[in-house]
Amino acid sequence: MDHLDRLEAQSIFILREAYKKFGKLGMLWSIGKDSTVMLWLAKKAFFGHCPFPFIHVDTTHKIPEMIAFRDRMAKEYNIELIVHTNQEALDAGMGPDKGRLVCCKALKTDGLQQVVTKYEFEGLILGIRRDEEGSRSKERVFSERNKDSEWDYTNQAPELWDQFKTDFPKGNHIRVHPILHWNEMDIWAYIEREKIELVDLYFAKNGKRYRSLGCAPCTGQIDSNAVTVAQIIEELKNTKVGERAGRAQDQEDSYAMQKLRKDGYM
Amino acid sequence: MDIDREVLNIVVVGHVDHGKSTVIGRLLYDTKSLPEGAIDRVKRIAKEKGKPFEYAYLLDAFEEEQKQGITIDTTQLQFRTDKRDYVIIDAPGHKEFLKNMISGAASAEAALLIIDANEGIQEQSKRHGYILSLLGIQKAYVLVNKMDLIQYSEEKFNAIKQEMNEFLTSLHVYPLKYIPVSAFHGENITASSDKMPWYKGEPVLKAIDLFEKDKGLEGKPLRFPIQDVYKFDSRRIIAGRIEAGTLRAGDEILISPSNKVTKVKSIEYWVEKDKVDQISAGMSVGITVEDEFFNQRGEFISHTYDAPITSDTFKVSLFWMGKNDLVKNKEYKLKLATQEVECEIYAINKVIDATTLENLENANQAKTNDVAEVTIKTKREICFDEFRNNQNTGRFVIVDGYDVCGGGIVTGLAQERQSASKFVKQDDEIVAKCFDEYYYVLTEGGIKKIEGVPHSFNIGDVIPSTGVTYEYPADFNVVDIKTGLTAIIRKSKLQDIISLKHLAYEQSPFIDSQGAFIKIYSEEDFNKFAADLEKLQQSESSRTAAFANQWFDFMKFRQIRYLTATKSLEIEYQI
Ligand SMILES: Nc1nc2c(ncn2[C@@H]2O[C@H](COP(=O)(O)OP(=O)(O)O)[C@@H](O)[C@H]2O)c(=O)[nH]1
Ligand SMILES: [Mg+2]
Repeated sequence: MDHLDRLEAQSIFILREAYKKFGKLGMLWSIGKDSTVMLWLAKKAFFGHCPFPFIHVDTTHKIPEMIAFRDRMAKEYNIELIVHTNQEALDAGMGPDKGRLVCCKALKTDGLQQVVTKYEFEGLILGIRRDEEGSRSKERVFSERNKDSEWDYTNQAPELWDQFKTDFPKGNHIRVHPILHWNEMDIWAYIEREKIELVDLYFAKNGKRYRSLGCAPCTGQIDSNAVTVAQIIEELKNTKVGERAGRAQDQEDSYAMQKLRKDGYM
Repeated sequence: MDIDREVLNIVVVGHVDHGKSTVIGRLLYDTKSLPEGAIDRVKRIAKEKGKPFEYAYLLDAFEEEQKQGITIDTTQLQFRTDKRDYVIIDAPGHKEFLKNMISGAASAEAALLIIDANEGIQEQSKRHGYILSLLGIQKAYVLVNKMDLIQYSEEKFNAIKQEMNEFLTSLHVYPLKYIPVSAFHGENITASSDKMPWYKGEPVLKAIDLFEKDKGLEGKPLRFPIQDVYKFDSRRIIAGRIEAGTLRAGDEILISPSNKVTKVKSIEYWVEKDKVDQISAGMSVGITVEDEFFNQRGEFISHTYDAPITSDTFKVSLFWMGKNDLVKNKEYKLKLATQEVECEIYAINKVIDATTLENLENANQAKTNDVAEVTIKTKREICFDEFRNNQNTGRFVIVDGYDVCGGGIVTGLAQERQSASKFVKQDDEIVAKCFDEYYYVLTEGGIKKIEGVPHSFNIGDVIPSTGVTYEYPADFNVVDIKTGLTAIIRKSKLQDIISLKHLAYEQSPFIDSQGAFIKIYSEEDFNKFAADLEKLQQSESSRTAAFANQWFDFMKFRQIRYLTATKSLEIEYQI
């Protein structure tokens, strides 16, 4: 087994644990590269089937190509898709002009919380990785959230030998993180090896491309001429800039992510 | 892409403030593994907080951690050397966060134990040393840090080295190296320090490249715990991760503890390129089998000749992290591989203070942060191995309420309960010595019997008809000379137990319960034997030898093999 085989095997093990343990399970699909890799891993774990719904929390500020890609892939992969929008917040005029963190909280965190409540999810699969930022580097693979989706990060449950947390009071839910142990380079190497189709936005047009995908107003492009996965890998080998440098909400204050995530952000 | 590179997980442990996070921060900094701006960000935070710059902030990402200057939870970060990739795991040093330290350390294969040269060995230095030994982490270096505070003194370094070595040796942890460092000033981290010319060994970065990764899980006996059974389409797929060994399509397999035998029909895959005919340790796989028994999560798939232990009572060493004490007569949940079972603590044999190694005699409970040796009784039989034979299937966690509160390793079977294998049918039992192995032990100059792992064979169970030093046919009968009870084995399974008196003659060979062939070749012989046996049972035992010499041929199905020494087969796992 090589490095990617080992990462893949561990992720599949985690996905299968989640499927076995949670009656109501869903996977968050942000249309980005990480969650698209997770979609692929799920197909592998369940031999071509996706035995749980995929959830897209749509802020309505997403880049249009992402939505088109989402709908096409959902059909091709034959997956059940739940699209949810926090309509109340939008009707009340929520947008990035109200403040980035406020907007993220309302449209993403609260939107997600509404989905969890509505469908009574016990398990929610998310494609976060430890190497993304500090508070994620401290995450567990199975990470509990209370009924308000809050994360008690200073008192996390022990997690050892792949014996994950599967006992919790009703109303709480578990965030399952199957690719927590991957890094950005692993993701790209795997996409290259498995030939996984991605939304075009990752590939350079007119000297610019997206390295990380979020909402249009808060996600910047980087200078790049990489038009293939191999070229992206080459480019990443030579960069020192953090992956999420183009994500405005991270830069708001020193603990922005920790604060967002404490309240239930992905 | 160099995706074939090896990855080694290293945990950094030790007492609070001895410099664990600083060592890691410094390693990341010196190997240029930090993203642009990370150091500037830490400088900015230090300034905002009115504190001096700390490498530790690179890892202590939570606001609470930076405010208090402590590590609360474990972090995993990656960096690389020319040789391989590393996942370096930071662990908190506070006693109250021991559960987080364990969460971090449990995924490591090697460890760096940090000791502050100025403060010397402290409580958590020892407790963490103990935990390493319990987790089976045997590759460890001790880093004596903050050498700058003791003027880089060789003498003081040697004193700490000696004291720690004594403690660790008693735990059977043998540090491979002791390295004097000053993490904050970068001495002996990536390059040899000119402040400590007396130290002739490697700096940390070069030393970690010398850790050798464990190998060879593929070659161990097959252990494939069933994770789930899928029926999404026409296939009925048994899914799970292979914890040890190798499996091929067509292999005959045993499913324990239900004791069913079948063959692997196919190895399943989704994309064509993943199609293989052999799968091994570490892989998450799916197979179909020829006989579609009812299979369920938790059962172990092995080869028929190398089955796991099946028992409901066993001895363990464990560490306790629960808020409530670990006590007897209380129901807990035990999770081992994919098995989950209710259990209780049958006996608390020893509670150990992990910092002094003192034994608390007659303890009735283990408190949080205690280490204990206990006997566990599970509600039904489960499959496992002793930890020394197989780490993945020899360790477990205990859940109390909603939380994992303890973790431990299986050290052996509870001797008092079962000492020998048996054939069992309701109240009838035959002690089965026929599966014992006989060796000529060269260092002892004599023949020695080595008993197999004790196991009860019930009706329908597969029995080990082939051992290392014996080989019985698939169909045979085992006669207990004392009682006349006879175990009928057909197709290597226990079919029935009946009295010899009620048995009609058949051609399958007879053996006694020690494994000796009984010289019965015809119905006439059979009747004669039955009559002799009845006479023997009524008479004095002094005639047994004559009876045995007349009827038994001990070596017919046996062969004595040579062994250098028996020791390796007998030692128990010690901590
Ligand atoms: N003088 C000196 N101080 C150090 C050294 N290494 C770490 N420290 C300081 O010791 C304190 C505790 O370090 P930290 O890495 O947080 O310890 P941890 O609790 O073991 O992770 C910090 O203030 C560090 O700056 C060293 O080599 N020399
Ligand atoms: Mg620390």
